[in-house]
Amino acid sequence: MAGIEVTALHKRYPDGTVAVEHVDLSIGDGELFVMLGPSGCGKTTTLRAIAGLERQTTGDIHIGDTLVNDLPPAERDIAMVFQFYALYPHLRTRDNLAFPLRAEGLPKAEVRERVDEAARLMRLGPLLNRRPRRLSGGEQQRVALARALVRRPRAFLMDEPLTNLDAELRADMRTEIKHLQGALGTTMVYVTHDQVEAMSLGHRIAILNKGRVEQIGTPLEVYDRPASLFCAAFIGSPPMNLIEVEVADGKLRSQGGLVLTPPPGLPRDRCLVAGVRPEALEVTEPGAERSVPARVVSAEWLGDEIIYVVDHGGQRDVRVRMPPTVRFAADAPVGLRHTGGTPAVYDVSTEELVA
Amino acid sequence: MGVSVDEAVSTGPVRDHTPPTRRFGGRGRSVLEIALLTVLAVVMLFPVLWMIETSIKENRDVYAIPAKFFDFTVTLDHFKDVFVASGGRSALSVSFLNSVVVAGVSTALATVLGVPAAWAYSRFAVKAKKDQLFFILSTRFMPPVVVVIPIFLMYRQFGLIDTKLGLILIYTAFNVPFTIWMMKGFVDEVPAEYEDAAMLDGYTRLQAFWRFTLPLLLPGIAATAVFALIFSWNEFVFAIFLTSSDDVRTAPPAIAGLIGGTTVDWGLVAAASVVFALPVLVFAYLVRKHLVAGVTLGAVRR
Repeated sequence: MAGIEVTALHKRYPDGTVAVEHVDLSIGDGELFVMLGPSGCGKTTTLRAIAGLERQTTGDIHIGDTLVNDLPPAERDIAMVFQFYALYPHLRTRDNLAFPLRAEGLPKAEVRERVDEAARLMRLGPLLNRRPRRLSGGEQQRVALARALVRRPRAFLMDEPLTNLDAELRADMRTEIKHLQGALGTTMVYVTHDQVEAMSLGHRIAILNKGRVEQIGTPLEVYDRPASLFCAAFIGSPPMNLIEVEVADGKLRSQGGLVLTPPPGLPRDRCLVAGVRPEALEVTEPGAERSVPARVVSAEWLGDEIIYVVDHGGQRDVRVRMPPTVRFAADAPVGLRHTGGTPAVYDVSTEELVA
Repeated sequence: MGVSVDEAVSTGPVRDHTPPTRRFGGRGRSVLEIALLTVLAVVMLFPVLWMIETSIKENRDVYAIPAKFFDFTVTLDHFKDVFVASGGRSALSVSFLNSVVVAGVSTALATVLGVPAAWAYSRFAVKAKKDQLFFILSTRFMPPVVVVIPIFLMYRQFGLIDTKLGLILIYTAFNVPFTIWMMKGFVDEVPAEYEDAAMLDGYTRLQAFWRFTLPLLLPGIAATAVFALIFSWNEFVFAIFLTSSDDVRTAPPAIAGLIGGTTVDWGLVAAASVVFALPVLVFAYLVRKHLVAGVTLGAVRR
């Protein structure tokens, strides 16, 4: 087991596309580290560079104490699970699991022992004599995980392993992967574009955009104080409301009159935007205490909650998360009240968190 | 190679699976369809049928007026003449052997060169990849006849006129672009993750290609090779311009050479043509599934 250090990684393809602009990562030993971002943000390229499947243009990668820049994938002592499971189609499950061990040249008895152990861990007993074609998507992914396990690698690299599964199975596998990683204590780097997956799995999350790291933090840090407007818009469903504010009389004041507590150390004379989570707002009867006038644009009834979209001082897309018992009709005049703490505040021009 | 390919991918059986459209009403349309298809089949197949008949007729029946359709004596003498002449092998049999060598070697070369190239184009980020691929394809845009004269002059300089090597080289040159394009489609369909996984398991990139991707490509390679084989086997223009002696000639110019003396032995011409057409039909039949796959490539997502 080992930590992974990625320093000043840059990847440019021969055709001129830059997949990774500049990435620094410091992944701890035994950590479940998630790289999250939209497609084309460089997360998969970074992972493939760690695996050795892509050669970075510049930058260093350490696994443990070893500088692995020039090592081929096989000598990096890592295992990778792919979105498309990449089980060898002509081999039965048992042989698929044994394959990497045989390639290493381990004695037969040990191969058998390790395969049995991995099969037990992933509950593959009945599937051992089947070929991949005769396995369901979920079963194939379990075999793929087991195939990564048997190697007892220093780190697992997961490239969107759950994307091809249906929603219910995905939730089950998520739990299984988290449990497995916890039990084995092996470092895991997990790439996904699904924020729910990232939030529920990761010890820490790195949010990537356009080949750069926008933010690294625990799921809660990332959710509470997104480091940039991109992170604010990317994490959370519905995402954070970004409300234009002005500093006046030591308060943040929106165009519609909503008053927020300013965080300390706020710069003056800049265009500012406050990030307010939908659950930090409340829709009230018009004229209620500390509320400002607003109007319901639409309501999404989700069963366990209602997402109100309200028009507040000309901004027509302010989203508010409310319990399903509170009901207002569309177009009804209502009050809007801030119930959360100090909001995150961003500079419009740099798109970064200022306080 | 147009005709052979069309035969190989005949839409007949496929059409049976498509539900009839309602435009002309069920029965009326199918009657019309069958009638038209019958006419088409007769027009298309009559020359083939006549060739086969002529090849097994005795010479006096070949020239009989009115023509004899059914009532003639069957003989295999013409087929014997294709292969055996007085005192040994016939000139035609040598030509057939030349055809086998030229078509076989050029197809093998095109496959050996084209498949790895297709793999590389499919897997790697190559500079100006699209332009390169377009350039490769563009060599097939013009009719081969256009370049016959320059190639003739070039070959004369290099001493390649009237050699089998010359024909092999030119057929390979024509088949490589085709092989690259068709195989790239097949390689695209094989997930690159197999190779990634194999590389993590300790194989080099080339070993990963050889051991995991290549076996999955075999059907595609077979289909592509058959197309290349049919092209080389049928090729006439270059063969007649670049070769002259009986030792080097391939079958198409040799068969054409049978016509044009004072008398034409139509029985022999027909028998030689039948022998010439058979391998193509057999190959096309063997890989018909893949031929359709090759033609409709990219129409269906995996």
